[in-house]
Amino acid sequence: MAFVDYYKVLGIDKTASEKDIKNAYRKLARKYHPDLNPNDQEANKKFQEINEANEVLTDPEKRKKYDQYGENWQHAEAYEQARQQQQQGRAYSGYSGGGSDGGFNFESFNNEGGDFSDFFQSMFGGAGGGGGRRQARYRGQDFNAELQLSLQDAATTHKQTLTVNGKNIRITIPAGVENGQTIKIASHGGAGVNNGPNGDLYITFIITDDPRFKRSGNDLLATQKIDLYTAVLGGEITVDTLTGQVKLNVKPETQNGTKIKLKGKGFPVYKKEGEFGDLYLTYDVQIPTNLTEQQKELFKQLANS
Amino acid sequence: MATDNLTEANEFCSYHQVEYTFVQTLADAGLVEITVLNQTSYIPGHQLPELERMIRLHQDLDINVAGIEAITHLLQRLHNTQQELLTLKNRLRIYE
Repeated sequence: MAFVDYYKVLGIDKTASEKDIKNAYRKLARKYHPDLNPNDQEANKKFQEINEANEVLTDPEKRKKYDQYGENWQHAEAYEQARQQQQQGRAYSGYSGGGSDGGFNFESFNNEGGDFSDFFQSMFGGAGGGGGRRQARYRGQDFNAELQLSLQDAATTHKQTLTVNGKNIRITIPAGVENGQTIKIASHGGAGVNNGPNGDLYITFIITDDPRFKRSGNDLLATQKIDLYTAVLGGEITVDTLTGQVKLNVKPETQNGTKIKLKGKGFPVYKKEGEFGDLYLTYDVQIPTNLTEQQKELFKQLANS
Repeated sequence: MATDNLTEANEFCSYHQVEYTFVQTLADAGLVEITVLNQTSYIPGHQLPELERMIRLHQDLDINVAGIEAITHLLQRLHNTQQELLTLKNRLRIYE
């Protein structure tokens, strides 16, 4: 567990006054507040650090303890043990005053505080938060998660079960989600503090590349190889689409690089059932190789005709 | 009109320890909407997360309504830009 220099976190001197601390906190909080930095994990982490530093340094009792033990805060526990043993000794000899077990009384720190560092929890007896100063209700933390889908999966409305903080959540993923798109699952984030509402869960979809199709909005793009003879003379070919194979007529004298559109064979439109984009195929005419002498002769005749 | 999806403004204010006038000022600035039914003010459910965000900015960072208004517009622009960037990135994947 690393020592946290709260003065350094706030960028202030050890002799800083309460006003200096408040000013330093406000300045940094305005920079890193999660509401001003949506979806920025780094800013969120930084805000938790400055919040924790402010929590300790603005409370005279906590600041005193922090200043007293500083980097040697680990020794505080040994000191506490010795002190408790001393008190127990006194109790056995008839001492009966006080309900506290001696040492530092941080009873007001009774919030659930998953956002505080190990250092803070070790030094100040666990959870942090607003202390006894303000019993405000806080909305729980928003959670962010990433979900990887194949292009094929993203094209079909389906259900998936996710495990978030030990809880299973069954969600329906609508067909047509975009790569990088985020959906909100209300109230599935962190628990609120002091009966505050739960945070939300944000799921960002990462759609992996598909070897056959590229996606452009609701349209799909693909390259279709055709042999030279079909390109020249025309014919019927079978092509892949997301939903299976279809037969296609190739016009005679089709040029290399020709684009054709297969209407409605593209990607499903997000939250519009029955609507689809188009599939665009680009013909890649394959020149025959390993020709026999006879075939070469025929091509020569064709060239000279 | 059903009030199932509406929160009484006074109840909301006492829950979040803010003056009703603060919410009213945000409404006057067009940042939130308040629905009045039978002379009682309500806040629509879909407005709550946004309104709570504004209250946090006010309480945590001492930002006044004018500041909140500016931040809200900038965050909206940031959101739009991020969406545009995402669309462009997805388009670029075609050429990768």
